Amino acid sequence: MDEFAQLLDDLYFTNSNLAKEIILTNYLRQVSDPDRGWTIAAIAGTLSFDLFKRNVIKSLMMERMDPFLFDMSKDYVGEMSETIALAWPQSPEPVRLNRLPELHEVIAEFQSRNKAGIRDYLVLLLDNMTPSQRWALLKLGTRGLRIGMSARSVKLTLAKMKAVEIDVIESIWHGLIPPYLDLFAWIDGRADLPDLSDKLTFSPVMLAHPIDEDKDLPRISPETHIAEWKWDGIRVQLSSNGAETKIFSRKGEDITHSFPDLAGSVTLQGVIDGELLVKTGGELGSFNDLQQRLNKKKPTKALIEKLPAHIIAYDILELENDSLRQETLLVRRERLGEALSETPQSRIDISEILPFESIEDLHYLREQAAQTGGLIEGLMIKDVSSIYVSGRPKHAWYKWKRDPFLLDAVLMYARRGTGKRSSYYSDYTFGLWNEDGELLPIGKAYFGFTDEELKEIDKWVRNHKLQRFGPVQEVEKGLVFEVAFDSAQESKRHKSGYALRFPRIHRIRWDKPAAEADKLSSLEALICT
Amino acid sequence: MQVRPEGLYCAPADIYIDPHHPVDRAIITHGHADHARSGHGEVFATPETLAIMRTRYYLKDETAETGLPYGQRVDLGNGVTLWFASAGHILGSAQAVLEYDGSRVVAAGDYKRHPDPSCVSFEVVPCDVFITEATFALPVFQHPPLEIEVEKLLRSLKTLPHRTHIVGVYALGKCQRVMKTLRLAGYEEPFYLHGALKKLTQLYESYGQDFGEWIMVSDIPRADKHVFQGKIVLCPPAQINDRWSRRFEDPLPTVASGWMQIRARARQKRAEMALVVSDHADWGDLIRTCEETGAKDIWITHGRVEALQYALKKRGINAKALNMIGRDESVE
Ligand SMILES: [Zn+2]
Repeated sequence: MDEFAQLLDDLYFTNSNLAKEIILTNYLRQVSDPDRGWTIAAIAGTLSFDLFKRNVIKSLMMERMDPFLFDMSKDYVGEMSETIALAWPQSPEPVRLNRLPELHEVIAEFQSRNKAGIRDYLVLLLDNMTPSQRWALLKLGTRGLRIGMSARSVKLTLAKMKAVEIDVIESIWHGLIPPYLDLFAWIDGRADLPDLSDKLTFSPVMLAHPIDEDKDLPRISPETHIAEWKWDGIRVQLSSNGAETKIFSRKGEDITHSFPDLAGSVTLQGVIDGELLVKTGGELGSFNDLQQRLNKKKPTKALIEKLPAHIIAYDILELENDSLRQETLLVRRERLGEALSETPQSRIDISEILPFESIEDLHYLREQAAQTGGLIEGLMIKDVSSIYVSGRPKHAWYKWKRDPFLLDAVLMYARRGTGKRSSYYSDYTFGLWNEDGELLPIGKAYFGFTDEELKEIDKWVRNHKLQRFGPVQEVEKGLVFEVAFDSAQESKRHKSGYALRFPRIHRIRWDKPAAEADKLSSLEALICT
Repeated sequence: MQVRPEGLYCAPADIYIDPHHPVDRAIITHGHADHARSGHGEVFATPETLAIMRTRYYLKDETAETGLPYGQRVDLGNGVTLWFASAGHILGSAQAVLEYDGSRVVAAGDYKRHPDPSCVSFEVVPCDVFITEATFALPVFQHPPLEIEVEKLLRSLKTLPHRTHIVGVYALGKCQRVMKTLRLAGYEEPFYLHGALKKLTQLYESYGQDFGEWIMVSDIPRADKHVFQGKIVLCPPAQINDRWSRRFEDPLPTVASGWMQIRARARQKRAEMALVVSDHADWGDLIRTCEETGAKDIWITHGRVEALQYALKKRGINAKALNMIGRDESVE
């Protein structure tokens, strides 16, 4: 564990990518299995479980430290793990370890324990660690490692160790699981390249660029491009060999367990790229509906029946063991259409191609998307000659989101930001009026304004303070923000009954009296379909 | 005592403590730029602080100087007596002890409790009002012993002998403390110094400090880059990634400062090694010191005022924020 912590420190403080790769290579050569495999998983973000939950750490800290001082510290440091790593108050009679356990021992120990046991073990380790080691443990345990090294650099390092192209690593990567014993056996020359031909693996997906209306629209024509709805679900890759089906998130995370109904329904052999949504009684559900099915390890039967999972297929990458990635989009769409009509899938519909004859038509379609209450996020516009490549190739696919919703909301609470902003009130909670003239909070935002505006808002907050709740400062109801957001969902957690998605400050309405800000009913009107 | 725009003011003696603007009479706790400024009519300080101010051209010919060694009293008039107690911050750093009408106020200036071989350690002075800084007043600031940090540097010199270890340090105090601690840890190679560190290092030597051999970087011909490999070069923090550092072979930028405890801060400075070296009291020491003085009232000048005030109040100690402005945290 101390070597792991040392490695993270070294990587964290090293600037150049090349130097990072050298440091990682040295570590991988010196450290034995399975520790090095777990390290790779931690850095590349492929660990499939948390060692402990963030709220366990948080509650441990709350027992040991004054909440106000903890909040002040966290605001200053900028994040929770480092704050705890630095401020961890030792137990009154700490149990002393002769040595820190190895990385794999730590992982095994956490996995074998129940809730109370996890807590005790966490305390034991934290009591015996330096701040750096604590930081490494907390980041590892909650899978929040960000040390400026991407999964790609990890793969590149591995490729260089074996003197092969990165594609070789990419081709097997998603079929391998931590701690990667077979991978290292191959790198060490003790075994052949792992054979994954019978496994369903994820292939990195193709992504779209946000459209630049001035530059990109002139490139687009009905002859060269197709348009589709951009649905507000989650992008998935569905891979099936007839016997087994897997569903991967956009990042390659296996999420099949959350959607057994969908996986069990597939009879088509191939790899499909699409949007996952729920569909009840022939009607597609909102993102809010879908959200109830996300991150469920084992969804209940009742939930599945209430909110069945469904896919809108955008693309096909493989069909019965033939890779179609090198075919043009036009050909792929034809094959997708044929496949779905030959072998109809109860849970898969093809994404409709939207006819257009001019750019005006596209504007019009985008306008229609805005009328769907958030169900459709906008348009996808794709070059029909594009082949399927991972990443975000230029001028192949565009996404053209509908305009955000706008509302005038009243600032209610402010708190200080983190890091460079820790001396400014930069996080804002704002609300809308209800019918009784009460202001109810609908969201929080901490960006969308310039540094200059931040200073002005900060000054305003300081001059209009009311009560204080820990780090949260209540202010007089006198400042109106024009808030932009992508969609809104009904939410039981919020007193207003709604939660905004991706809210940001669009404009500061210094001129507008708070009483003239929007009412909750305007929000209801905006999102009702 | 009162807070005025110029700084902390003692009315009966008509004198300011560490004022930000030129005033007629000033008590200067120590030589750092945010405490000692030029243009005062009359200055009371320790002889070391006066020497530092002179080196930095903060004193003019017409300035009236009163050098007070630690413990020596002077009558400021109107019944106010002043003496200095050591603050353990840098050479000559002092707490200003003001006695008037049977009560005692101590303005500690900047101070620390961790051992420092380059200056006299902090003396606890029982008092009625203790005026403290709060630079590192958050529970996340628990400064490690300097030996551990210096060990980090020595280990790196061994494992990366081809790299020039460029350590960013403030010219006054930090530089000399780091050099002295390295010597005590057994480091025997010469130090290579940026020009900005020369005069103050010589001044420390004139007060009996011994830093072993040190050489000005500018005295080494440009072509002899290999000389610095695996050695320690000291320079002001701003220079570690600046044009100046390009004269070295494969430099390893390092920053020695109390802020280095926070990762993002170290990254901001583009440091590849962060040495936590603070010349201020950490969280535990701030609270301990306030308690040890037995003061009924604690006044907090600058830094993370709110946190310290809160923690002291929770311990039943009266604490108030003076809302002083003009202290620059980038200067220690
Ligand atoms: Zn100072």
